[in-house]
Amino acid sequence: MHTSQLDKVVKPKSSRDDRQMLMFMIVIASYLVFALALPLYTILSKSFKNNDGDFVGLGNYVEYFNTPALVYSIQNSLTISLITTVISVSIAFMLAYGLNRSCMPFKGTFKAIAMIPILVPSLLPGIALIYLFGKQGMIRWLLFGHDIYGPIGIVISEVFFTLPHALIIIMTALSIADARLYEAADSLRTSKLKIFFTVTLPGARYGLISAAFVVFTLTITDFGAPKVIGGGYNVLATDIYKQVIGQQNFEMGAVVSLILLLPAAVAFMVDRIVQRKQVALLSARAVALEPKPSTVFDRAMLGYSILISIFILGILGTCQYAALIKFYPYDLTMGLSNYQFDLMDGGGWDSYFNSLELGAWTAVIGTTVVFLGAFMVEKGKGFKQGRNIFQFLAMLPMAVPGLVLGLAYIFFFNAPNNPFHFIYHTMAILVVSTVVHFYTVSHLTAITALKQMDKEFESVGASLKAPFYKTFTKITVPVCLPAILDISIYLFVNAMTTVSAVVFLYGPHTALASVAVLNMDDAGDIAPAAAMGMMIFYTNAGVRIVHGLLSRGVLKKTQAWRAR
Amino acid sequence: MNDATTQPSSGAPYLRIADLTKKFGDFTALKDISLEVFEGEFVCFLGPSGCGKTTLLRAIAGLDIQTYGKVEQGGKDVSVLPPAERDFGIVFQSYALFPNLSIRKNIAYGLENQKLAKVAIDNRVQELLDLVGLSDQGEKYPAQLSGGQQQRVALARAIAISPGLLLLDEPLSALDAKVRVMLRHEIKELQRKLGVTTVMVTHDQEEALTMADRIVVMNDGVIEQVGSPEEIYNTPATRFVADFIGTMNFVPAQSSRKGEITIGSTTLNCDLATGSGNLIAAIRPEDIQVGSGHQNSFTAIVESMEFLGAFVRAELSSVSLGDARLLADFSANVVRGEQLAKGIELPVSLPGESIRLYAQ
Repeated sequence: MHTSQLDKVVKPKSSRDDRQMLMFMIVIASYLVFALALPLYTILSKSFKNNDGDFVGLGNYVEYFNTPALVYSIQNSLTISLITTVISVSIAFMLAYGLNRSCMPFKGTFKAIAMIPILVPSLLPGIALIYLFGKQGMIRWLLFGHDIYGPIGIVISEVFFTLPHALIIIMTALSIADARLYEAADSLRTSKLKIFFTVTLPGARYGLISAAFVVFTLTITDFGAPKVIGGGYNVLATDIYKQVIGQQNFEMGAVVSLILLLPAAVAFMVDRIVQRKQVALLSARAVALEPKPSTVFDRAMLGYSILISIFILGILGTCQYAALIKFYPYDLTMGLSNYQFDLMDGGGWDSYFNSLELGAWTAVIGTTVVFLGAFMVEKGKGFKQGRNIFQFLAMLPMAVPGLVLGLAYIFFFNAPNNPFHFIYHTMAILVVSTVVHFYTVSHLTAITALKQMDKEFESVGASLKAPFYKTFTKITVPVCLPAILDISIYLFVNAMTTVSAVVFLYGPHTALASVAVLNMDDAGDIAPAAAMGMMIFYTNAGVRIVHGLLSRGVLKKTQAWRAR
Repeated sequence: MNDATTQPSSGAPYLRIADLTKKFGDFTALKDISLEVFEGEFVCFLGPSGCGKTTLLRAIAGLDIQTYGKVEQGGKDVSVLPPAERDFGIVFQSYALFPNLSIRKNIAYGLENQKLAKVAIDNRVQELLDLVGLSDQGEKYPAQLSGGQQQRVALARAIAISPGLLLLDEPLSALDAKVRVMLRHEIKELQRKLGVTTVMVTHDQEEALTMADRIVVMNDGVIEQVGSPEEIYNTPATRFVADFIGTMNFVPAQSSRKGEITIGSTTLNCDLATGSGNLIAAIRPEDIQVGSGHQNSFTAIVESMEFLGAFVRAELSSVSLGDARLLADFSANVVRGEQLAKGIELPVSLPGESIRLYAQ
């Protein structure tokens, strides 16, 4: 060895591409710092201060745990979330099993129906339940005297709300099964039941665990269902709202927020670990499992799927019915009077158009920011530490409940000395918060798409002296177009339905449709609330269909190369 | 150890790698590599997976820049330059063709960055399509072509910008055997026609032996031997090279006197022996001959026979060699003439000039 050489470590010269990509990454990382990390820090520090801003250590926490009414909510939240998790995952697993392993007809239709809850705000099932099981409910007798306001109503609403999320995850887990395992088990004359417990369940276990954590997190952080149908049954999410909006006790709101952050963060971390193991299960050589027809099993699954569809369509149909009835239960004539939103409190038709605007901005800006960020972090060279920090910031929003994010924004952006104070109560802050709120899933979609591309495209581009932005616009974006379209529709739909973060942030001129549902319901205008909720559903469904047709058209044109 | 290798070309080398070391954390992937490649040469980096050959190629390209050491190209120190500021074309095992661009657009990709007139680009692309035998496939997309055709497109795209250096990273590994053999010749022909200095990475010795002007055999992050295919095959410099290239018998031996070695109880003439004690003697199966007239002959028993088409590989044992077993390749003629069969005895000889010696 020539020791003289060993002293001189080669310092690669960074190319112009490297520097430009780093700059883009820093810009987007700064966005995440200002729109996520700093607000979260503010809420954390707020929980250690009193109303006058003096540091009180754990004082607020001591007060919290000495207030039985508040502490009781922890138990309520956990109870509701655990029950919902068990029911929702069980229902989803059986439905996924039917869709994946039976030969029943109308699979596509059942799957589409099961996805409907994604398109509506989580307030909507609660409204339907009031009409069905409330004081003057249509099928009230079914409850045998129990009260729908409270845990029963919350759980039914949350099951409705979380079902599609659990279904997607479990269907993915079931679809990677290897047919050869079943053939091997069959050839060893294993009974169907034993195969189910020794092959099917273990194969789907990571999917089930993952689904359970997602459902748990969604439920414990959801605010819509307990707000509408919870009655006097307090949970953590409604406590934050009550502390902040009702009592203007921001510090206690911060304390409850951090307590709510804890289970969500734990669930999120466990889920990440499980997801990593799930990937390892995937074998490229697995043989796809083709279900064999079986009259009894297929009919049973068909019956079950119809039942689930009736549940979902029933909730939706009840809302539509409620929206069209003049004055339930006294005047059952149909009409559009409940759609005269301008006559009610809540923001009127403006709120609907504000929501459309928010959806459009979130889709356009969010998709651009997320995809650019994912590209820079995935394809950039050097600066490894910085890219790891970026990855962490991109994953963080998943663990942060919307209400916590919204409250954090109040603390951060409403501080008079904040230079960004001017965006408070504007459309901008709604867009900024919504993009951050739904950043993680979008980011992961983009990263997955980018990882599927040949990792040498950039090397080839550089050897051919093409600047990175040429390879990005001419190759990366067109190849990833399906994923980009998926991200944009995901952001739009969520911007239309979300209540949790924006409920703290909307201003006098930026009321939103989803918030209007909440406020009209709060004011006792339940029928107009249902009407507005259905407007959100029809918009999302319509946009989804247009998006589907549009992407089919665009993809046909731009993805011609996919056909062999 | 490489003193015996000849340099095919005189003058300054086109590519010079000096004392190059590459570390990934604590792992040293390349240890103090020095190598010269001359203008117009076709050099193959050959070695088992993990030997560092691709790492070396990526260091030359600037895709993964070395930790220590120097890379000079065309007399210029390019050690610290990013890929975009170096002068090379590259073909990857995966081809890395842009799936959403037509073949024509793929080949034109690099030309467009040279600010050429559109007509000039079109002409050059057509020229390249003709050159790789895809004249009428220009409007298709990569997915519509076979693997071999895709690799030709990747090659055309790499040479379109007339780079000073062509880098090929396992370009044929993803293809099936027949296409591989055909493309082997085509690439070699193309390289000769263009005269472009080429470095190819491969783990396939047949590929290296048939295509390269010089082969760089690598193992464990170091260069084991540099030489022409004949040199590498006939006079492997190290035991690793002898073992890695072709088939080789290894037998423990002693040398007590210059020109002689002893295996078991048999003393054999061996040109390379220097009387240096315990050694490993090596001989290729095809160098073992049938017949008693020669020097170094002894009687062997055929323990088993394996039919390999053009020849038969026999496993031989001999009391006079001790425990050693030898693989010997005999042509179909010999098998018939000597009526070779399992269990028979026959006289064989190990020509003294074919025996290689390695330290134990």
